[in-house]
Amino acid sequence: MSSEHLTELIIFGVLFLVVSGMGFVAARWRRPTSMESLDEWGLGGRNFGSWITWFLIGGDLYTAYTFVAVPALVFGAGAAGFYAVPYTIVVYPLVFLVLIRLWSVSHVHGFVTPADFVRARFGSPTLALVIALTGIVATMPYIALQLVGIEAVLKAMGVHGHWPIIIAFAILAAYTYQSGLRAPALIAFVKDVLIYIVIIAAVLYIPSKLGGWGSIFDAAQAKFDKTPAPNDGVLLDGSNQLNYAMLALGSALALFLYPHSITGVLASKNRNVIKRNMAALPAYSFVLGLIALLGFMAIAAGVKPITTDGKVDTNTVVPLLFDQTFPSWFTGVAYAAIGIGALVPAAIMSIAAANLFTRNIYREYWRKDASEKEEATVSKLVSLVVKVGAVACILLLDPEFSIDLQLIGGVIILQTLPAVGLGLVTRWFHRGALVVGWAGGLIAGLWMLYQIPNVAKKKEHFGGSAFKLSEFGFDTTMTVYVGVLALAVNLVLAVVVTLVLRGAKVADGVDATREADYTADEGDPKVKDLELSSST
Amino acid sequence: MAAQDPPPEPRRTDRSPWNWLLVVPVVLPLLTLLFNRDEPRIAGFPAFYWIQLCFIPLGVACTVLVYRMTRKKG
Repeated sequence: MSSEHLTELIIFGVLFLVVSGMGFVAARWRRPTSMESLDEWGLGGRNFGSWITWFLIGGDLYTAYTFVAVPALVFGAGAAGFYAVPYTIVVYPLVFLVLIRLWSVSHVHGFVTPADFVRARFGSPTLALVIALTGIVATMPYIALQLVGIEAVLKAMGVHGHWPIIIAFAILAAYTYQSGLRAPALIAFVKDVLIYIVIIAAVLYIPSKLGGWGSIFDAAQAKFDKTPAPNDGVLLDGSNQLNYAMLALGSALALFLYPHSITGVLASKNRNVIKRNMAALPAYSFVLGLIALLGFMAIAAGVKPITTDGKVDTNTVVPLLFDQTFPSWFTGVAYAAIGIGALVPAAIMSIAAANLFTRNIYREYWRKDASEKEEATVSKLVSLVVKVGAVACILLLDPEFSIDLQLIGGVIILQTLPAVGLGLVTRWFHRGALVVGWAGGLIAGLWMLYQIPNVAKKKEHFGGSAFKLSEFGFDTTMTVYVGVLALAVNLVLAVVVTLVLRGAKVADGVDATREADYTADEGDPKVKDLELSSST
Repeated sequence: MAAQDPPPEPRRTDRSPWNWLLVVPVVLPLLTLLFNRDEPRIAGFPAFYWIQLCFIPLGVACTVLVYRMTRKKG
């Protein structure tokens, strides 16, 4: 079965091994005096410059699942799947203005996670716990989905069964344990270079074989015209335009609330590194836009997605497109790009989730006086547990379930926006109101997701994230992204309850940060240094 | 207690009128009415696709401009 894919398998295997070797060597790269603190293991020494940060955050945000799922969505639904482009344009100006303040305040106070910040800002361990749990729950299925990305590639090479994935993740777990954030930072170079090569080759080469871009779009439209679904097509229609914009906005707001994105930002050296990157990272959005169009190319090339056990796996369309059009050695390179593309975000996500557990659950509730070394040890072990959990998700549950969880994850991580995102700009909200708003948004979001069926997949619940406004009694066929609606519920509750609690004079937490902390830069005094100097 | 507080730092701020320029790349890509059309095509790309891809360099230009105009001197 796999002899015809032998060249691909060999190239894939060799590149995978090279990268794994790099992962282990990364511990010696920019070698610290000691790896035994979260600053070193979990944030790479907080010292990454512009180039490393560009590769690291790029490798972190544009995951293997993105590369596989976005074109699969375009393949299945057309224009609606292109939301990934406006989404990744909108996100960077927001970071430029808001998240940069998180870098500064974290630099001064030594915060490692977003929940650390919330704890200090609002003086509320409960709110911090809520933020930490939300982050962990949202991240876990995201890691599992990276495996779906690798699996799609393996299926296209004729490799079935779960063993290859278990081995890949065991290697990943081992070098993340040893090298921490330095491993994905170093591997990201290889991953991103491979992705750029593959995509540039694909967009130059494949359209010429398919008769040019014009005929690719026309072939796609011809396919969508034949399907019974009303919303698909090369353009949006009246009912899904609002959803398109809201999905782009909601996903952009959610993206930098994910713990792994924040880890990437906090690892950079100073404010200018982040600002320069916000101008340079859209280069990846351009690549993502071209990747999305691979979905149309697959239609024009007549790709038929692989079916296993009667289920059509549209995630296989891009790997199959490469297999049909590229010579086999280059297909091997392309597959390696996707496979390695899964390792970088999976490593960063597991580090971020482990840091949340260590800082905001273990240290807060078990060992108040945990030393830096102990924190690093716990985080390393938890990063292993997280990966075992992700593999178990894929092995024991239907992969479809991980996709549902990822859908839910995006909606629930958005509910941390008032505390984390708005908390960076204003201290107006009452800590109690933020907890109430979070709970309200969460319940509203889960309820709406539960209500959404998916006719094509024959599912009654969790069939998508587009909520019909007619369910609220509006006379319209328009749909809106659930995350944004749930966030609206959250914000209204947070404002109203803040006013009530202030009126009732309920005690609010103490803010441990100062206004000047939010604009601090490299070289400014840190709280830890001040404590040391005042005690001598 | 108050005597031990660190001396007040020179006031810094990240506010600037230039920041308003960043509203452009946040709002423009969300206005689907502007670009949800097929014609005019460029190199075979329907307007829906090339216009959105053009928003990427536009966003970069706005971000670079704001970065350069708000950079601290010295």
